[in-house]
Amino acid sequence: MMSVSFDAVIRLLGSLGRFALTSLDRMGDATTLSLSSLALLFRRPWQGQHIVLQLYALGVGSFIIIAITGAFTGMVLALQGYYTLAKFGSESLLGAGVALSIIRELGPVLGALMLIGRAGSSITAEIGIMRVTEQVDALEMMAINPRARVLLPRIIATTIALPILVTMFDIIGLASGYVIGVELLGVNGGAYIGEMISKVMLQDLYAGWVKAVGFGFIIGVICTYMGYRAEPTTEGVAAATTKAVVAASVGVLIMNYVLTSFFL
Amino acid sequence: MQSYRKIEIVVGLFVLLGIIGMGWMAAKLGQVGGLADEGYPVTATFSDVGGVRDGSDVMVAGVVVGRVSNVRLKGNEHALVTMTIQPGVQLTTDVIASVRTKGIIGERYIRLTQGADTEILESGDEIEETESALNIEDLVSKYIFNSSE
Repeated sequence: MMSVSFDAVIRLLGSLGRFALTSLDRMGDATTLSLSSLALLFRRPWQGQHIVLQLYALGVGSFIIIAITGAFTGMVLALQGYYTLAKFGSESLLGAGVALSIIRELGPVLGALMLIGRAGSSITAEIGIMRVTEQVDALEMMAINPRARVLLPRIIATTIALPILVTMFDIIGLASGYVIGVELLGVNGGAYIGEMISKVMLQDLYAGWVKAVGFGFIIGVICTYMGYRAEPTTEGVAAATTKAVVAASVGVLIMNYVLTSFFL
Repeated sequence: MQSYRKIEIVVGLFVLLGIIGMGWMAAKLGQVGGLADEGYPVTATFSDVGGVRDGSDVMVAGVVVGRVSNVRLKGNEHALVTMTIQPGVQLTTDVIASVRTKGIIGERYIRLTQGADTEILESGDEIEETESALNIEDLVSKYIFNSSE
């Protein structure tokens, strides 16, 4: 009886150790894979055309969903903020509250989560299916480095696209917050704008943009890695896509805490 | 190739819009090259600034005329506040600087009250008349102490 439970503990420890080692191994693999792809940026042939194509698919294609998310986030923040601030009789601070929460926190995080859902999953699925249909091998046969042609443009595209999308998210969110706060709830328009301008500092804007660049980069890295290392079967691609979305979302949220603690 | 050209133009537009948006936000909200940068510095020494920080407002007659650019300790007991005042604003040499609070729980700002002098403060001058922050706890304790006597 005693030896059975001892065995179970040993087995549990073993599986925990194996889990830790494989996760570490995968992290290292993802880091070397993405860094070795990035190192090809200035190597000929120049992949500019593919970066533009990916920017179109991942960046421009995500604009509508970002605009809708931004508009409704700004609107609900104005409503909720008004409800809370009205209890203290300081509705005039509504503009500052909405602007700071969108610029510092919600713009980058919600923008990143939307980009993961809209573009990250498609990156993983696309690269995974390229593996299944042996297109990656075909590229290698034609002496085209798949890291430079497939991985690099996608990582660059998400890194460039996310700050731009977050900026659009911010502007649309602030505008819709203004419409709800001033036109619907009757907050003084001058106070709304004035408080917003006096409370938002340049470092708040920096914090938002730095977060956006960081999030865009890790979304690109995680989603391309999951697709590239996907098991070349139908189930493998499905599992890789799920894992990519989960890992990228959790990664963004953890990185968000770390970056926020740096910038406060 | 024609469709690639179109894609290129759309992406160019997308990036351009993003850069314009960033610039607009930086100029409008972050005040790059705005209130914070332009203007001339004046200093003032307070015995207690009680919460005035970099970026706090400086007001004359309730109008924002500048910002606090630096607060530091001077001679281990006083606070030296450096303010940046907008170029067009002229302050008399006997202007009074006082630390005030917006509302009851609002933030601290520096109120400047113009004096009667005809001479104007130059860039880098020191404001000599200052009034320190009103400390509510001190007032309350003074009141209690006095009434018990």
